[in-house]
Amino acid sequence: MNLKLKIWRQKNAAQKGKFETYSLQEVSPEMSFLQMLDYLNDQLIAKGDEPVHFDHDCREGICGSCGLYINGRPHGPLRNTTTCELHMREFKEGSTIVIEPWRSKSFPVIKDLVVDRTAFDKIIQAGGFVNTNTGVAQDANTTPINKIVSDRAFDAAVCVGCGACVAACKNSSAMLFVAAKVSQMAMLPQGKVEAADRVEKMVHEMDEQGFGFCSNTYGCEFDCPKGISVEFIAQMNREFFSARVCKQNHS
Amino acid sequence: MASLSHKYIMAAAGVFLMLFLVSHLATNLLLLAGDGGKSFDNAVEFLLTNPAVKIMEYVLFAGFIIHIIIGLIIEVHNRKSRPVSYHVSVKSDTSAFSKFMIHSGVIIFIFLLVHLYHFFFVKLGLVEPYGGAQSAHDFYPMVVETFKNPVYSIGYIISFLFLGFHLKHAFQSAFQSFGLNHDKYMPAIKFVGTVYALIIALGFSIIPLYFMLIY
Repeated sequence: MNLKLKIWRQKNAAQKGKFETYSLQEVSPEMSFLQMLDYLNDQLIAKGDEPVHFDHDCREGICGSCGLYINGRPHGPLRNTTTCELHMREFKEGSTIVIEPWRSKSFPVIKDLVVDRTAFDKIIQAGGFVNTNTGVAQDANTTPINKIVSDRAFDAAVCVGCGACVAACKNSSAMLFVAAKVSQMAMLPQGKVEAADRVEKMVHEMDEQGFGFCSNTYGCEFDCPKGISVEFIAQMNREFFSARVCKQNHS
Repeated sequence: MASLSHKYIMAAAGVFLMLFLVSHLATNLLLLAGDGGKSFDNAVEFLLTNPAVKIMEYVLFAGFIIHIIIGLIIEVHNRKSRPVSYHVSVKSDTSAFSKFMIHSGVIIFIFLLVHLYHFFFVKLGLVEPYGGAQSAHDFYPMVVETFKNPVYSIGYIISFLFLGFHLKHAFQSAFQSFGLNHDKYMPAIKFVGTVYALIIALGFSIIPLYFMLIY
């Protein structure tokens, strides 16, 4: 395949960036999107140019490191797929692919396509954990949890924290991410104890980090590579409401 | 105030306004009774003399003001949350209505100002009664006069078309904001929301059409 790539290049956080266009020949349709970028970078390095910087780690869709805004869609055109699991066969021969970093005030660009997602870490640090002693590994199996509940908690827990929800949202809201984390723990006995405190702290931190307000457009659900439902946003809305109304739940 | 609290207030004020629209439409449809405005006048008489309605009028204004102010706060904050926009705009599959709430909201607000000028300000005595009205409370001749003006009537219908778009998203959005989203019930809620938006938009629109074309 021959492709034209329009890629956002930005030297560092302080400098202004711009798009650069690259022509790439003989791209295999079987390459993953990141392999295609590696292939481009090999050529740039051979020429003595600065390679295109992008985040990546596991390359098997579970770490949440990769995340590119491809042709107007976070993680590209394929639903329920991270950028690393997207393959070049999804693109047409001779087409132009526009690659941008996540755009949000809370995710400043560090370099090229790499953004600083510390804001998500701060939200997790604010309350995305359990303080109760949950015992050793086998103790987990002795805690009876309804299968429907555990399945549902897992549906939220599949969030990899990539930030596609923020990138897709017209308001760059982090609601789907925070909702997934809040719901996942609120449903399980180990996490239930601190549920009211947790939701208040995490929502407070989400607001502190400057994310936009949710206006229920559901773009996040559409572009979430893990298919997380906006029903979890509704669940967080309930959790937060009851936390605010029933103050006695606070630890 | 927390981001989520904005949502609750927005939704609560919105639900109140949606209920108000139903009662307003019910009153307005009396204009079509074909009895020279007798039923309509009776309804107006009831609304003007009932003390509970008088109180609700203040609540209604509060509802509008809160909904508008919170809406503007949300819009300004959201615009600031993405200082650098995308080169290729987002192609995620979202409902078009949901993306243009502020735009449809502004159109409805402009309509509201015109509407207040034509009727509420007359009631307050700020605008002289027109259309041969006997008093500032004789609304039927004023309604006939305004609706016979095609510019006003077409503007009115367009405004209600946008209100319909606004409500199409708003109805289900209010449920979501209060956490009432369930895969079993949400399709039904969305359907009812669409029907509600259609009833309001079409219900209000047939009145100027009647006065322009049939009356």
